[in-house]
Amino acid sequence: MSTFRLAHLYPRELNIYADRGNIAVFDRRTSWRGLGVEVIEVGIGDPVPTDAHLYYLGGGQDRDQLAVADDLRGDKGTTLRGLVDDGACLLAVCGGYQLAGHGYTGVDGTRMDGISVLDADTVAGGPPRLIGDVVIEARLDGQTHTVVGFENHAGRTRLGVGSSPLGVVTSGHGNNGKDGFEGAVTKHAIGTYLHGPLLPKNPWLADLLIAWALEYATGSRPVLEPLDDHLEEAAHAAAIVRTRQPNR
Amino acid sequence: MQHPANTIATAAGWLSRRLGRGGGTTLPGALITKWRPQAVRSMRCKLTDGALVISATNGKTTTARLIVSCLRSDGRTLVTNPSGANLMSGVASALLAAPAHPLVPALGVFEVDEAALPAIADQLAPRVVLLMNLFRDQLDRYGELEHISERWLGMLQGLPPSTIVVLNADDPAVAHLGDAHPNIVWFGIDDTSRALTELPHAADARRCRRCGEPLIYDAVLVGHLGHWHCDACGWRRPTPSIAASAVTLHGLDTIDVDIATPGGPIAVRGLALPGLHNAYNATAAAAAALTLGVPVTRIGQALQSSQAAFGRSERLTITGRELVLLLIKNPAGANEIVRTLELDPEPLDLVLFLNDRTADGRDVSWIWDVDYEPLLPRIRTLTIAGDRAHDLALRFRYAGLDDSRMRVVPPTADALDTALAGTADGRPLYALPTYTAMLGLREVLVARGVAQEFWRDR
Repeated sequence: MSTFRLAHLYPRELNIYADRGNIAVFDRRTSWRGLGVEVIEVGIGDPVPTDAHLYYLGGGQDRDQLAVADDLRGDKGTTLRGLVDDGACLLAVCGGYQLAGHGYTGVDGTRMDGISVLDADTVAGGPPRLIGDVVIEARLDGQTHTVVGFENHAGRTRLGVGSSPLGVVTSGHGNNGKDGFEGAVTKHAIGTYLHGPLLPKNPWLADLLIAWALEYATGSRPVLEPLDDHLEEAAHAAAIVRTRQPNR
Repeated sequence: MQHPANTIATAAGWLSRRLGRGGGTTLPGALITKWRPQAVRSMRCKLTDGALVISATNGKTTTARLIVSCLRSDGRTLVTNPSGANLMSGVASALLAAPAHPLVPALGVFEVDEAALPAIADQLAPRVVLLMNLFRDQLDRYGELEHISERWLGMLQGLPPSTIVVLNADDPAVAHLGDAHPNIVWFGIDDTSRALTELPHAADARRCRRCGEPLIYDAVLVGHLGHWHCDACGWRRPTPSIAASAVTLHGLDTIDVDIATPGGPIAVRGLALPGLHNAYNATAAAAAALTLGVPVTRIGQALQSSQAAFGRSERLTITGRELVLLLIKNPAGANEIVRTLELDPEPLDLVLFLNDRTADGRDVSWIWDVDYEPLLPRIRTLTIAGDRAHDLALRFRYAGLDDSRMRVVPPTADALDTALAGTADGRPLYALPTYTAMLGLREVLVARGVAQEFWRDR
C-alpha cells in the first residue's frame, strides 16, 4: 500500500484561516482507514518536492502572501504546473487560491503574480469585503454535492476557459459576488474561498481529494472505507441553517 | 444646567431597566452620542481629576477592575464604565450618570474597545493611556490588527506631551508605538521561569516592525509577548521601569507577583486571578496606578483583595458544586486558559460553548488556531454547547479525542445540566464560553439564583 504524501506549502506564512484544520482532516481520514500518511512542510527557500500526491496552499496576510509569491516565481511555479498536468492534486484556499491563479491586482494597481495552475485572475474590489457563510452546489467527477464554508475576501476572482467553477453559489458571494460561481477547478487542482476550515464540514470533498491523490499514487482509484461522519454531517447541517438566520 | 437631551437619554436608561429590557448600560449614551456626537467632549469637564483609558485585545476588563480597586483604596472618586460598554456610547453613559459639579475631584477610568479608542481619546483628552497588547482577534475582523496598530500610532502622535502613555514592552506590536510620544512608561514581565520554548501556532508579530526581518525571542511568555530582539536592525524590547521580577502560579486559584518599581517593590500575594496572563494584568494595573499617584504601599494590598470581573475566572456555586467561568474570545486568550487549566493536576470536567454571533465573531475558524491539544489527555468529560457546537466537536474529533469522552448538547441550560451531572464529586466544573454564550449562560445562572445580572457588576 502506497503512503499518501501531502506537501503543505508555506505553513508559517499561510495559516490564517485555520488551514491546519484541513491538514488534520487529510491526516486523520487516511490514518483512520489504516493508510500511511506523511505531511511534508515546505517553507520559503525550500525546493518543492516532486514525489507528493497532494499539494496544499493556504491563506495569509498581505505581507506574507507577497513573500510567498516571490518565492513561487520561476522554477517552483513551473514545477507545480507540471505536477498538476501530470495528475497531482492541489487544494488552494483563500490567498492560496489567488496565488494558484494568474495573480492579484491590488487597489493601487500593483501586481502580485500567481503560478497559473488555475485559469483565474483576481482584482482587488470593494468595499465591501465579501464576508459570511457560504453554501454552494459543487460538481466534481460527475457528482453534485452541497459544500459549506465561510468566506472573507476583498479580491474579486474571474475564471477563464481553462478552469471550471467548483460550484454554483446558493447562499453567499463566491468568486466575485456577481456571476454566481465559486472556486475554480483544472484537472485535480481546486481553488476556493471557502474556509471554516473547508474539509472538516465537507467530508465528501475530503474523501474525493484523498481518492484522487491515491489514484495518482497507485494508478488505480481506491474504494475508501466509510467513516462514522455523524459529527461532520451535523456541522454541515448547522452551517446551512446559519445562512438562513439573520445576524445576531 | 443639564442639557435637556442628557436628561431624556438618562430617563430612557432608567425606563429600560424598569421594563426589564436589560441593563441600559449603553442606551442613554447611545442616544446622546446620536443626538450630540461630541457629547463626551462636552461632558469631560465633569472629570475634574482627568481620565485614564485602557485598551488591549485581551485583559482590559480585568485590568480596569484592578486599577479601580487600587484607586478606591486610595480614596479616589471614580467614574467608570461597566464591562462590555466600552464604545463611545458606554463612556457617554458613564459621564451622563456622573455628577455635574463633583464635590471632590472625580477621575474617569474607562476600558475602551481597540477600534473605538482613537475617537474616544480625542474627545476625552485623557491624562493617562494604558495600552497592553494586540492579538489576532476573531477572523472576520482580521486585518484590523495592523490597521489598529497604525491608528493607535496616529492617536498617540496627536496627544499632548503631558499625557502619560503606559506601554507593554513585551509586545512588539505595542512597543513600536513608543516612537510616537515623548512621555512613555514601560511595563513588562522580567521573570522568564514560565517561558515557552517557541511561539504558539497562531502567533502574530513574528517580524520586526522596523526592518521586516524575523524577530528573535529569548523568552516567549504569553502569545507573542516576551523578550524579543531583532538581529538585523538591533531593535529590542525596551527595559521596563515597572517589571514583574517574580511570578508564582498557585494552580487555578491564585498568583503571587513581585513588581519592581521606581518607588520601591510591590508584593502581591494570593491574587485570585490565575495564570501568567493575569500577571501582565496586575503589572499593567500597578503601572497605571503608580502614574496616577497611588502610593506603592497601597497597590499590593488593593490588588490582592480584588475580585474577578464578570466571567473572567469568576467562581460561582451551583447545586453545591463550584462552577468556574473562563471567558474565551480569541486564540491568544484561549491558549492562556488552556495553559492555566493545565495547572490543575486532576482530571478535568469541562463545558465549552461556541457561538458565532456578531460579538463572538461570525467566522468560527479561530478555534483551529487554539492549541487545545495539551488538554486531551487531561479531559475526564467534555460537554460541547452553543450555536456552533458541532464545529467545536469536530475540532476535538480531529485533534484525536475519543468520542466516548465528548457529549454535544447545543442548548445552554441542557449543556450545563449534562456537564454538572457528569462532573466528578468534589471537583469544579470549568465553563469556557464565547462572549454571547457567556451572556446566555449568565441568564440561566441568574434564573437559578446563583448569579447577578451583569449590569449589577461593579
